[in-house]
Amino acid sequence: MSKWLSKGYTGLILTFLYAPIFVLILYSFNQSKSRGHWTGFSFRWYERLFHNDAILNAFITTLLVAVIASVIATVLGTAAAIGIHNMKKRSRTVVMNVTYLPVINPEIVMGVSLMLLFVLMGIKFGLLTLVLAHITFNLPYVILSVMPKLRQMDHYLFEAAMDLGCTPWQAFAKVTLPEIMPGVVTGFLMAFTFSLDDFNISYFVSGDKFQTLPILIYSMTRKRVSPEINALSAIIFIVVLLILILVNINDARLEKEQRKKEDALR
Amino acid sequence: MKQNLLKFFCCTVSALLLFSFSSTVSSALELKDPSYYERFQGKGISISVYNWGEYLSNGSDGLMNINEEFTKLTGIKVNYTNFATNEELYAKMKSGGSNYDVIFPSDYMIARMIKEEMLAPLHRENLPNETYLNPLFEENSYDPGNVYSLPYTWGTVVIIYNKEKIKEPVDSWNILWDEKYKNEILMFSNSRDSFGIALKTLGYSLNSEDPKQLREAANLLKEQKPLVQAYVMDQIFDKMEANEAILAPYYAGDTLAMMDSNEALAVAVPKEGTNLFVDAACIPANSTNQEAAEMYINFLNEPQVAADNIEYIGYSTPNLAAFDLLDEATQNNEIIYPSDEILAQSEQFINLSDETNLRMDQLWTEVLASKGNFAAWGLAPIITILGLFAVKNWIKYNRRKKRRRMIE
Repeated sequence: MSKWLSKGYTGLILTFLYAPIFVLILYSFNQSKSRGHWTGFSFRWYERLFHNDAILNAFITTLLVAVIASVIATVLGTAAAIGIHNMKKRSRTVVMNVTYLPVINPEIVMGVSLMLLFVLMGIKFGLLTLVLAHITFNLPYVILSVMPKLRQMDHYLFEAAMDLGCTPWQAFAKVTLPEIMPGVVTGFLMAFTFSLDDFNISYFVSGDKFQTLPILIYSMTRKRVSPEINALSAIIFIVVLLILILVNINDARLEKEQRKKEDALR
Repeated sequence: MKQNLLKFFCCTVSALLLFSFSSTVSSALELKDPSYYERFQGKGISISVYNWGEYLSNGSDGLMNINEEFTKLTGIKVNYTNFATNEELYAKMKSGGSNYDVIFPSDYMIARMIKEEMLAPLHRENLPNETYLNPLFEENSYDPGNVYSLPYTWGTVVIIYNKEKIKEPVDSWNILWDEKYKNEILMFSNSRDSFGIALKTLGYSLNSEDPKQLREAANLLKEQKPLVQAYVMDQIFDKMEANEAILAPYYAGDTLAMMDSNEALAVAVPKEGTNLFVDAACIPANSTNQEAAEMYINFLNEPQVAADNIEYIGYSTPNLAAFDLLDEATQNNEIIYPSDEILAQSEQFINLSDETNLRMDQLWTEVLASKGNFAAWGLAPIITILGLFAVKNWIKYNRRKKRRRMIE
């Protein structure tokens, strides 16, 4: 009975999570522009999507900003995390609290303040301000996901590597970095996804030349969001799903190989 | 694995890029004076255009891709971005971080921008296609004589209803207050349009600044609130098409799209008169490419361009030559091109004084916050839960303190 219940509960939650996505994918195949009225199956929104410069440009801008910002944020954040980790206790507490602040702070406050800062500094809104803003709000997430890994790491590993003749840089690259890699990857992925769907901050710092996908979609609300967006969302969903499946298959394969090796050793 | 991912990613992006550059090319344009557009050829100029979302033909349905055609013709690159509300446009311009060259505000926002010296006067000699402008739009209350703006589209606010559910004739705003249709009515979620309707229903001007009249309108809207299913903007499409609601006011051009997907829908123009809205092309005062911007506006008024564009948008065109190119069914459509009689009764929005804007916003908040809203049923449980939490923690804290004292 309880098994049946727990299964039903899981099913319910999954339905709740995925029903909207399935509806969206379904309506991306709708003949008409309507979102509430099924008129027939067609691929026309997919075809149109690839001819719609506005959507494609916005999508490319979004990807570009997300990639650049998350890579830079990951590098900066990892370095910052290592620095903070090696601080004295009191200053570490202070800096960590300062790092937490932007995460808790409402995004809209961050957006407005960044806008004011850029205006004050005389930087014209554009790709640069978008990337800078995204790096800024991504940094704390990277630091927060690298820190626990650093804490878990055996502090003497690094010193041992130095004793064995590594230069500090070598010791970092060969010992510290592989140890904290899972944290760095998590941080990167978090930064990337946050960048992709950020609206609040991008809205305030995007200029006259570049707009991200969330801003474009929001701007359609006077006349109605075009179904081409459904088509694009469906494609993004499928791509993400494929990547996840590939990663999982790969992990399973690696694990199998590992086990084989262990068996052989025995 | 990581390489695989990277490869996959690169492939997707390059495929998208390829697709975006291979878009179809339409036939050559007929222009009255092609030499006009040659001035900036090869100079590598670009202009920034800030328009409403979905408000420029982008090459779908066999219509013209206007920005692409313009770049091909003049060599001027167009940076095209979108906004969703007049207020957003205003805020973006006021923030000062970006320079736009062509913007498309609505009537009352144009008036406000003129007052705040945010717009540049247009050079008539650069706009030969202004001759196509319908004389009806030469004298606008928001910008008399079109010194700063050239009308782009216009339309009226009408009532859309489900004729299968509403059998009586619809010809007045009063039907939005009919108890029979409780929970089947939709209303605008913006204050200016809603107050416009209430003021018109009361027989006042929709630009009224009289506090007493505004108060009366607010009371009328409060009276309507229990009948209203939801305050919406673009969700109206879904709700009307799926028969979730049967009665709503909306912009005339958009009601046609709804009628296309649901045959039970019909449209009525209220006898009390309605709002005639105009969206116009303007050039911000800080534009650095005014001449190129004027070339863009002039291009939008080429008859063929304007005709394709208006077919895409679905609103009404103020360009007479473009109107002549439309098919007869559209030309004779009383909803998009209403009779002079209705137009004479309609009013344009003008910019209200700061005081009135503030009063209207306050009254609107009052309307939305009146009975039956979230504040009434949602806040009480939240406060109760928070209160219980606080009490629990306080008791815990006291106990701990006592225990500590006992240990000591």
